Amino acid sequence: MEVGVEYFIAVSAILFGIGLFGIFTRRSPLILLLSVEIMLNSCNLALIAFARHAGQTAGQTFALVVMAVAASEVVIGLGLAVAMARRRANLDVDTLRSLRN
Amino acid sequence: MLLFLPNHLTYDVVFIVAALLAIGSALGVVLSGNPFHSSLSLILNLVALATLYLLLQSDFLAAAQVIVYAGAVMIMFLFVTAYLGGRADEPTVSRPPWQTAAALVAAVALASEIIFAVGRHSLGAGPLVPDSFGSPQNISVSFLGRYLLAFEATSIMLMIAAVGAVVLGSRRAAPREPGDRDPFERDEPARERSVQSQVMDIETHFEVHHTGVGADQEGDG
Repeated sequence: MEVGVEYFIAVSAILFGIGLFGIFTRRSPLILLLSVEIMLNSCNLALIAFARHAGQTAGQTFALVVMAVAASEVVIGLGLAVAMARRRANLDVDTLRSLRN
Repeated sequence: MLLFLPNHLTYDVVFIVAALLAIGSALGVVLSGNPFHSSLSLILNLVALATLYLLLQSDFLAAAQVIVYAGAVMIMFLFVTAYLGGRADEPTVSRPPWQTAAALVAAVALASEIIFAVGRHSLGAGPLVPDSFGSPQNISVSFLGRYLLAFEATSIMLMIAAVGAVVLGSRRAAPREPGDRDPFERDEPARERSVQSQVMDIETHFEVHHTGVGADQEGDG
């Protein structure tokens, strides 16, 4: 077996599907954030695999940008979760519909 | 490592182990009911992905993945999970089963579509690249040279996120009109007092007689 780039893309697709399943089925905001992390990381894997396939560093550069996006998203998401918990809210995304007030 | 195997076989074995670890730990994140276990599974997932990055000769990104993600982001996640305690647990209301089935169908359809689309072409391992392919020098030349605008936009985005986190974390409550109800408040019925507590209240209720003298003496002391 020769492990080509397509195997990495397959792993990336499976991880993306798992993250998608998590987004659809879970209700706790923390686990939703973790599922988004899985999806972003699977995109990173695809970017890096294609960068290796093309022999250029542009894909790796953009993977770094995606890491920064993921870090910002975690910061804001965790801030929201803590702010909601401080108001004695039920941490259930089905009942948290409005950001105002 | 694995010195007794030929070189290409080592690559295959490492790939298979890392890929299985990544997929299994991702399943652990999604299926575990405990947010703490989910976070720990995600750390394992990130380390397995860093191994895959190494196989793709992206050394710097593998290091950044371990340091930034597994080191910084996930520690913050664990802190917040510990801070929230039991409130971070999954709400116990069950979903309708068709929703889980639909999610499963969507996820499997998307993944299999990508796999079929890519699997029909044999992409191969790509061209031979020098050992410095994923080195910090190479990436910084590209990031700070051709993609400088993306670099600046990323830094501004990180600063906005930091300021937003400070604003969200500030203790000051949002101004609210009098009489407004907190939309996140839980509806709890007023508790009925137990007979025991009512009896206790009556039994310990003493009449207090004010004589008018005590007030002056207190002031002197």
